[in-house]
Amino acid sequence: MNKVLVMVAQRIALGLLTLFVVSAIIFLAVELLPGDIATEILGQTATPETVAAIRRELGLDQPAYIRYFEWLLGVVQGDFGRSLATDREITELIGARLLNTLFLALVAAAVSVPLAIGLGVMAALYRNSTFDRSVNIFTLSAISMPEFFIAYMLILFFAVRIGWFPSLSKVDLDQPLFDRLYAVALPAVTLTLVIVAHIMRMTRATIINLMSSPFIEMATLKGLPPWRIVVRHALPNAWAPIVNVVVINLAYLISGVVVVEVVFVYPGLGQLMVDSVVKRDLPVVQACSLIFAATYIVLNLTADILSIVSNPRLLHPR
Amino acid sequence: MTESTPTKAADPALDGPADTLEPPPARIHGWRAAWRELVKAPLTGKIGLVIVLVYIFTAIFAPVLAPYGETEVVGKQFQQWSSAHPLGTDNLGRDVLTRMIYGARNTVGVTFLTTCLTFVIGAATGLLAAAVGGWTDQMLSRIVDVLMAIPLLIFALLLLTIFGTSIPMLVLIVAVLESTRVFRLTRAVGMNIVVMDYVEVAKLRGEGLGWVMGREVLPNILSPLFAEFGLRFCFIFLLISALSFLGLGLQPPTADWGSMVRENAILITFGDFTPLLPAAAIAVLTIAVNLIVDWFLHKTSGLRDDH
Amino acid sequence: MTTNGNSGPAEPLLQIRGLRIEGQSQEIWQEIVKGIDLTLQRGEILGLIGESGAGKSTIGLAALAFARGGCRITGGEVIFDGEDLLKLPERRRRAYRGKRIAYVAQSAAAAFNPAHRLIDQYIETAVTHGVMSEKQARQEAVELYRQLQLPDPETFGQRYPHQVSGGQLQRAMVATAMACKPDLLVFDEPTTALDVTTQIEVLAAIKDTVRKYDTAAIYITHDLAVVAQLADRIMVLRYGELVEEGNTRELLENPRKSYTRKLLAVRGLRKDEERGETSLLTISNISAAYARSAMVLRDVSIRVPEGRTVAVVGESGSGKSTLARVITGLLPPLEGSISLRDQVLPATLSARNKDTLRRVQMIYQLPDTALNPRQRVRDIIGRPLQFYLGLTGRKRRERVKELLEMTELDERYLDRYPAELSGGQKQRVCIARALAAEPDLIICDEVTSALDQLVAEHVLRLLLRLQRELKVSYLFITHDLATVNAIADDVVVMCEGRIVEQGPKTEVFTPPHEDYTQILLDSVPEMDPDWLDRVLEERKTVPAA
Repeated sequence: MNKVLVMVAQRIALGLLTLFVVSAIIFLAVELLPGDIATEILGQTATPETVAAIRRELGLDQPAYIRYFEWLLGVVQGDFGRSLATDREITELIGARLLNTLFLALVAAAVSVPLAIGLGVMAALYRNSTFDRSVNIFTLSAISMPEFFIAYMLILFFAVRIGWFPSLSKVDLDQPLFDRLYAVALPAVTLTLVIVAHIMRMTRATIINLMSSPFIEMATLKGLPPWRIVVRHALPNAWAPIVNVVVINLAYLISGVVVVEVVFVYPGLGQLMVDSVVKRDLPVVQACSLIFAATYIVLNLTADILSIVSNPRLLHPR
Repeated sequence: MTESTPTKAADPALDGPADTLEPPPARIHGWRAAWRELVKAPLTGKIGLVIVLVYIFTAIFAPVLAPYGETEVVGKQFQQWSSAHPLGTDNLGRDVLTRMIYGARNTVGVTFLTTCLTFVIGAATGLLAAAVGGWTDQMLSRIVDVLMAIPLLIFALLLLTIFGTSIPMLVLIVAVLESTRVFRLTRAVGMNIVVMDYVEVAKLRGEGLGWVMGREVLPNILSPLFAEFGLRFCFIFLLISALSFLGLGLQPPTADWGSMVRENAILITFGDFTPLLPAAAIAVLTIAVNLIVDWFLHKTSGLRDDH
Repeated sequence: MTTNGNSGPAEPLLQIRGLRIEGQSQEIWQEIVKGIDLTLQRGEILGLIGESGAGKSTIGLAALAFARGGCRITGGEVIFDGEDLLKLPERRRRAYRGKRIAYVAQSAAAAFNPAHRLIDQYIETAVTHGVMSEKQARQEAVELYRQLQLPDPETFGQRYPHQVSGGQLQRAMVATAMACKPDLLVFDEPTTALDVTTQIEVLAAIKDTVRKYDTAAIYITHDLAVVAQLADRIMVLRYGELVEEGNTRELLENPRKSYTRKLLAVRGLRKDEERGETSLLTISNISAAYARSAMVLRDVSIRVPEGRTVAVVGESGSGKSTLARVITGLLPPLEGSISLRDQVLPATLSARNKDTLRRVQMIYQLPDTALNPRQRVRDIIGRPLQFYLGLTGRKRRERVKELLEMTELDERYLDRYPAELSGGQKQRVCIARALAAEPDLIICDEVTSALDQLVAEHVLRLLLRLQRELKVSYLFITHDLATVNAIADDVVVMCEGRIVEQGPKTEVFTPPHEDYTQILLDSVPEMDPDWLDRVLEERKTVPAA
């Protein structure tokens, strides 16, 4: 067991290191620019005096690494600095939007992950059946369509033509749960369609690969019934790769959320990030990037740890 | 008890294909073999191929095919479909069909260019990491790990904020970010080849790195790389379209499918499908490329997928 | 037609009639088992022997009414205890599999589920088939583990597959197959992947178990000497057809078909040893290790005379392949030196010049991985000609043809890719490629062990002839003593990175031996049905070292 603990600890340390390096990249990438933020902000109107003033105000006269550590120190305490465009506290801007995005992502994940794994396992077990083929066509189409295409199609049919759902998702924190669910229905379905397709395809491939291993053939030759072969022999070994597949594909959730929020004008982090990119409001973009990246790193870390603790070779060393 | 190490790897020759004194028959190579494969291709593969050819044709002959100029204002905005404007006009009164045709050239062209650059960067570094190994491999792999730790779209948004949204920047940023995926694949399949005895034979003969990479490893990883090229094209296509849709990809007045959806999205709320045509064009091409890749994978994996 | 008791006094346990199976290769279905008949009485052991492509494993699986992916049973009957299994639906076949007919796979390491304890995989068969309670199954498992001489039988089953060595795992698989005390066991090359000294233990365990429970068995192997120890009757198969069938002793003493005679004679090749005077390769006090691991070679010294063959014998883990890597410069040694004639070789590959590299060539175990699948034969053999000797154009073409002729390959293979050659031909191309460099020394790493026995013999004869004509020296690495006998002048026996014994072949192979050499020599199966019993008897009286 000790070896496993050591490996998990190593993995967590590596995750923290990655997070640190990523934060540095996000903050320091701007240093690659030939000019700096001050000239960027002022644009055409820049005079040497105004530039110098802005630089002082933003602390740009300090070396980059000092500014980075000050920024990092603030971030750890929940202070991302101020927006260039609106001069508001970024933490304040983000607060409610982050919760909205999390709510949308969680709803989408909660629906799509079990659905995708179920469909994927079924398609693998009934390979080449009509079910498998139709599911394959469906998923191929779903991963081939831009997210905004799916989103607008849903709007066109369910909001405009039939009128069951609103075409814009207005949510706020005071809404009762059911109203919020109703409001996020279309965006969540859009995300679900995309993620289900990805997870399903990979789950299917994983299970098919697993079902061709010699120990599955052995189980068949032992005369075990099919359900037992799947439950007892395939699934314990499928667990780690499936977790991996799920996490890899939750990355699509992160990028999908950005596009979907823009289409549905959903007040979330993705929408904020895109707006800020257009306004070139760099501190806000950095804050959003860091939050998305950190989420992704933590997800990956979770997958790695789960696969370590579910590996019999590591759990029961020689 | 003198039991040694656990079981040796099962000997492939012991239960492999029939090994007789008679060799297997010689196969056909070259163009004739390629033609034969084409004739034997499944219907889905053929459909995919035809669609891709149509897109390529449209992209090349866009100025000939398009009834109007790319940015020419030809009428009032948001006109209905008519014989003069088969798909109506857009938010600035430009002909939608014309914009669609030029979009094929711009969007697909930029995507193709980006994909090629992605492969030059990713395959070269991946091959280098696999063939040289050691510190070179460690360093390249760690850099890629870090780059991949940030979700791609988010990273692209960040870099586009910093470097601006000109086409060269867009191509470069997307290519560098996507090349990490190509690096991973090339390195992984390259590693499988590098451990082969024939690579050792070449090294023992005294061959240089160039020969090992170019003559021994590369020819043996071409099929997975080719399949990856198709898949990567799809991903890059969708990514660039998404960026354009968000207003951060190809910039107006260039005709581009992603931007066209955004510019005319307002019509959707009136129940009009026209703004979604460019998006459908994206989806159709992506599906077509996927169909070809599926056919190709099916072919080269020796029917491993279904017995 | 389901019951047909006319064939003998007692109804046979298993009767296969007119079995036809097709296999798929490159989208074309081809018949790989062509109408096989087979009868097995209760308690009888039948050996199925043949080279690769004989269809023996496919027939073995068909006894359980099972066909692997890419195979399909197209005709015939598999009548087990009066019931044609092929006519039963899959659900009813399950009642036979594991319970009345059990299967022992070639690689136990792959056939055990890595996620479960050994004993849980044992009891599962018995409990699922409702043969006994879980408690009883656990008790019986311990009993069987004890009988198969597994260490700590009480707790052995608590281990996971990866925690157990190869030989033990293979015995655990035999135990698992015995869980329901089946009427028929199918053994599919159960010892092929094991070292000889481990193989003998597994063979003994199988023989004991089958005798004690009076279980009928089908034993599939490519090694006639192995099957001779167990089988009452042997069927020789080739290309999915029966060559000859007979009582074991009769078949061994008096084979009727020439193919069987060739198989029997296969270990008979023997080179008369010659002394070599001048040294070509001198390895002095080499010690080597891979990064951060224990020493793999300790103080190894070997001398290879000009125009002679030195065989290095040892089991897996003995360090014999590492030795080849040290000589070629892939793994610089920690201590010691290597010299070719009087010239000391630089330790690393990169420090050696072209001419030094040219003089030492290597041939590998698996010709499939030693030939680049994307290069034609002409380029494979032509490259060293161009690289070392600067031959181009017509000269290079002519020389490639000469080399093909020397290695007994037809000119028409020049433009083929490796995939379009048979295994033996591929190995010949590898030999031709090594010869192209006009080397002084060729290192042969298990070059015949992946080939079928008859093909291997052809390759050995070719190597012998080339040595006579070209006076090239071989360092021949192998685990197989019959190969040593066939090709070596001098022998080096290695164990755990050290040299146990070395000298001229006859000296090493005649008593008195070192202990390890003795065990090694004893463990090689002979074409004598009484060999196993005799060796086991001797080992009981003389306590093992």
